[in-house]
Amino acid sequence: MAEQETQEQSSGEPSGERGIYEGLAYYLMAPAWVTLFVFLVVPLGIMLVYSFLTKEFRGGVIWEFSLAAYDQFFFDRGLFGDEPARIEWTYIGIFWRSLWQAGLATLLCLLLGFPTAFVIATRSGRWKFVWLFLITIPYWVNLLIRTISMKFLIRDNGPLNEWLLAIGVLDKPLHLINTDFAIQLGLFYSYLPFMVLPIYASIERYNFALSEAAADLYASRWYTLRRVIFPLVKPGVVAGCILVFVPSLGAFLAPDLLGGAKKFMIGSLIEEQFKGNIGNWPFGAAASMLLLSLVLVMLTCYALSQSRARR
Amino acid sequence: MSRRTNFRHFPGFMALGLLCMFLLYAPLIIVMVYSFNDSISVTRFDSVSLRWYRDVFFGLEAGKFRQATFNSLTIAIGAATVSTVIATCASIAMLRAGRFRGKLLSFPLLSLPLMVPEIVTAVATLIFFSAIGFAAGHATILVAHIVFCIPFAYLPIAARMQSIESVYEQAAQDLYASRWDSFRLILLPLLMPGIISGFLLAFIISLDDFIITNFVKGAGVETLPTAIFGAAKQGIKPNIMAISTLLLLTSIVFVSLSYMFGRVESNNKRE
Repeated sequence: MAEQETQEQSSGEPSGERGIYEGLAYYLMAPAWVTLFVFLVVPLGIMLVYSFLTKEFRGGVIWEFSLAAYDQFFFDRGLFGDEPARIEWTYIGIFWRSLWQAGLATLLCLLLGFPTAFVIATRSGRWKFVWLFLITIPYWVNLLIRTISMKFLIRDNGPLNEWLLAIGVLDKPLHLINTDFAIQLGLFYSYLPFMVLPIYASIERYNFALSEAAADLYASRWYTLRRVIFPLVKPGVVAGCILVFVPSLGAFLAPDLLGGAKKFMIGSLIEEQFKGNIGNWPFGAAASMLLLSLVLVMLTCYALSQSRARR
Repeated sequence: MSRRTNFRHFPGFMALGLLCMFLLYAPLIIVMVYSFNDSISVTRFDSVSLRWYRDVFFGLEAGKFRQATFNSLTIAIGAATVSTVIATCASIAMLRAGRFRGKLLSFPLLSLPLMVPEIVTAVATLIFFSAIGFAAGHATILVAHIVFCIPFAYLPIAARMQSIESVYEQAAQDLYASRWDSFRLILLPLLMPGIISGFLLAFIISLDDFIITNFVKGAGVETLPTAIFGAAKQGIKPNIMAISTLLLLTSIVFVSLSYMFGRVESNNKRE
């Protein structure tokens, strides 16, 4: 819901030309500026600084400049650090895996979310309300509880397997938990409403007279979907994909609970660096910085493509 | 003939939509059903009982969960209240105060908590409090929650304000109402539905948060999600399912109320 409003918000100009509360702007804006600057922008800056410091073995840092964190991320210098540097694939691999997992989860959301959004947008009156209501409810339910429920359902000896065995579809339990598919399913389950709502908003604005025109020109139903409807609702699709992909990339709960400890993703890698006394704060800060830059680059590309499309 | 003219129909879309619904609701319904299971084993369903609900309220871990619920509620109410006030002021400045320096950067700043991945915010906040030597506890959780609740409160309030034309306030001021009066008597009542939905959204978001809370909570302080996560790490016991069901029903009641509230509002507007 909130995301639709973001779009309207960013494109909308203030309604009052003169401004009724002119002159009060700084006083009214100050609390938001101060809070967000002091407790978000400054912390992000300190995190950047920390990523260039030396690690303290019991957690925390020593105030000494060091590139060790980034070095550890990208290069392997052997056990004692005296071998020639080779590229270290472990962490790059984890980032790559996370990108891949988040991408597949986004694709899953799109494949199921687009038809759902289409169905919702073409219902009338009461039914549209019911579908929208049902899609948004899970978004309001605690993410942790949803993930735990999914874990409970797909366990090796959980209800899903029990039923499939009972009705004879399977001979032996389906092993889902702690697999990549379980992570994708969990991410799909966590962020589906983010995909459906922007697409729904776009399809709602689509004029079905265009479909009629296409049909008059002998376009088939699916050809119309591909060449007429899809290009027109693409902004909603792109927005939905970003809204699913970005949180999936840094997700922690789904990989941790459904993927098990072995299936590492960025979220778990970062979390581990700050757990108790065994972590490595500069390394965690460096990994967070890399994740943040990745996300900001993607969002900037998106914003640029949007403004180009508007012009 | 009728098949040809229905351009809103695509074969298979309805089935995929229903599959989506099934995937969304099956896990929740299963957990609800199994929370009424009498058996200690979570795999077999014996008979219906409220045993695990009694366990949640009066059992061994009841004290822990009660404390966690109390923490969660106080933090959520505090964070939602503060962030709603901040967001209301900010939206008046953004939409009703004309041009001012720094306006262009204000919107990206207000939505920054939505753009930064949650785990990065968590790390940054933890490092910040540790760098300034501030002990982790209730206060750090509250501050962190206020920060990421601001955009969730801001968006519905600003959306509502955009739909209210400023002519009413201008008329009031033409009739010599002070700016404070035109805000208090004209804008605020019209804005109330937006403020309430902003508050509810911020409240739910704060209640829901796990990752950031987990990073900044410090030892000993638990909120409901961190307590549930800790308990679920050792395996999903039936009492976890009972708590989950209670929270789930709370959320559903909450969102139904806010929907109904919104519908009554839009009906009034139509008349």
